[in-house]
Amino acid sequence: MSSSLPDTALGALPAVPAAPARRRRASLAPLWQAAPLTLVLLLFFVFPLLATAVVSLWDYTEYSLVPAATPRNYVEMFEGCGNLADGLCTTFRTYISTLRLCGMVWAATLVLGFTASYFLCFHVRTQPVRMALFLLCTAPFLTSNVIRMISWIPLLGREGVVNSALLSLGIVEAPQDWLLFSEFSVVLAFVHLYTLFVVVPVFNSMMRIDRRLLEAARDAGASGWQTLWHVVVPLSKPGIVIGSIFVIVLVMGDFVTVGVMGGQQIASVGKVIQVQMSYLQFPAAAAQAMVLLALVLLIITVMTKLVDIRREL
Amino acid sequence: MQDRRPLAFWLLALVFALFLLFLYGPTLTILVLSFQGPEGGLTFPLQGLSLHWYRRLWEGVGVVDIWAAFGRSVRLGLVVTVLTTVISLAAGYAFRRRFPGQGLLFHLTVASLIVPSIVVSLGIALEFRLLDDAVKAWGEANEIAWVAESYTTAMGLFTSGLGAHLTWTIPFGLLIMFAVFNRFPGEVEEAARDLGASPWQVFRHVVLPLVAPSLVGVALFGFTLSWDEIARSSQAIGDLNTLPLELQGLTTTVTTPEIYALGTLTTGVSVLVIGLAFGAILLWRRLRRG
Repeated sequence: MSSSLPDTALGALPAVPAAPARRRRASLAPLWQAAPLTLVLLLFFVFPLLATAVVSLWDYTEYSLVPAATPRNYVEMFEGCGNLADGLCTTFRTYISTLRLCGMVWAATLVLGFTASYFLCFHVRTQPVRMALFLLCTAPFLTSNVIRMISWIPLLGREGVVNSALLSLGIVEAPQDWLLFSEFSVVLAFVHLYTLFVVVPVFNSMMRIDRRLLEAARDAGASGWQTLWHVVVPLSKPGIVIGSIFVIVLVMGDFVTVGVMGGQQIASVGKVIQVQMSYLQFPAAAAQAMVLLALVLLIITVMTKLVDIRREL
Repeated sequence: MQDRRPLAFWLLALVFALFLLFLYGPTLTILVLSFQGPEGGLTFPLQGLSLHWYRRLWEGVGVVDIWAAFGRSVRLGLVVTVLTTVISLAAGYAFRRRFPGQGLLFHLTVASLIVPSIVVSLGIALEFRLLDDAVKAWGEANEIAWVAESYTTAMGLFTSGLGAHLTWTIPFGLLIMFAVFNRFPGEVEEAARDLGASPWQVFRHVVLPLVAPSLVGVALFGFTLSWDEIARSSQAIGDLNTLPLELQGLTTTVTTPEIYALGTLTTGVSVLVIGLAFGAILLWRRLRRG
């Protein structure tokens, strides 16, 4: 942060007579300037999370909340999970399914996002072209996710473009059903939606790499791959970590993409919460949300040990 | 640097081109298919070209009042835009100096961005439910007539819905302001102060003109993110849905190219807003230079 700059600026003015009064007022100014942000976060982020934590410990009936502390929601959530002989319980199966999606999407977005950023940073030679291509990569972020999802339907459906192409080329004999409303289409849509969350921070990290380091590596006899693996990747690590956090969190909590692209067939934690909410089982949904939150925070804590987000801005 | 491009360049360029095709291909596909003839279906081939599905859309989509949802989304988006810009600017400016609780506030903002949206949405829904219960209990205890007769819920587009959107747009806005202020020439402020400008004058005449183009960027994020928001709105929006929520519902019920027409129209609004933002930034630069 550049917060030291105004401080030194004020500190350098001891001879100005009005300085003490002005400085006292100035020290209060940041507080009210940050007050609206604080208020929004308290009202719509901190209190809601507290409400969720409290309600997750409440009982409920078919039509109302019962404010009496009970571990019921957590107990029911993990019912039968201790007995692995009968196969995995629903909760574990849901989490494993979600983590599986997460893993596949993470790997794909990381490789694709890293490659795109690498091309932009080290192979595009002029800055205007680089910025134009970068904006082209990021602009879809500002358009609707649902529309970007449904735009796969004419491509992947039974009578879609891909199936017609495969049929007319004689590669398959019947239209393929696994292309749409399947795990495949869910992962494809996630990669489509979230790769730019990797591109932006990785691009940002790569642009800070001193080009002379690459030359030095080459002069010292490193091959292209060695330079990539031992110089570029380590120096892009902050961007890789931030991008990974975004992708993992977005996939872990998702219910929209899984719903629309999975044809309501694929299990995910987010969908479970959404379904429980629609049945008005608020405390059960709250308990599910607390467990999801704990898992996500655990993942983030592990990853942020590797990077200081604030230095990246 | 050598003049001939290495093989790696061509390979990476190919991957990058395919990536762009992957990004834009599907959207362009539904753009084309939205002009499907009246006999045409959800996939190719095109049965002629027509505005048939746009006409159908104009007349409304079945039972859903899509144009009311359109209006709600626009109004909410505009309010979110203004609040996001003002709050991000004020907070970004505050973060340039030290103040108590600074670290906590920063971490809360980042947390608001990365806590799963479904959790935030559920939390806001629960918060308002508890609030409703409290208001009703209070009304009953004090025998206040209007509470018993007409109070149903405090949840709504411009209460819980607005809050849900702000938890998503403001962190992006603030991160943009951080990036801007980290590159801000502090000397000019110092110079203004040395010349006797009051804090407000420094802000109004020195800081604001310099960061104005970035504010357009913040506003752009504010509107487009709100315009397309689903996950955080889903549980917290109240009785009346925004356009993306209606659109999500329509994906399972509408089986005609009408949904492509609606999709193209929605994307069109986003593209228009992006275009306006870039136009405004360019115009601003030209005016300042001239």
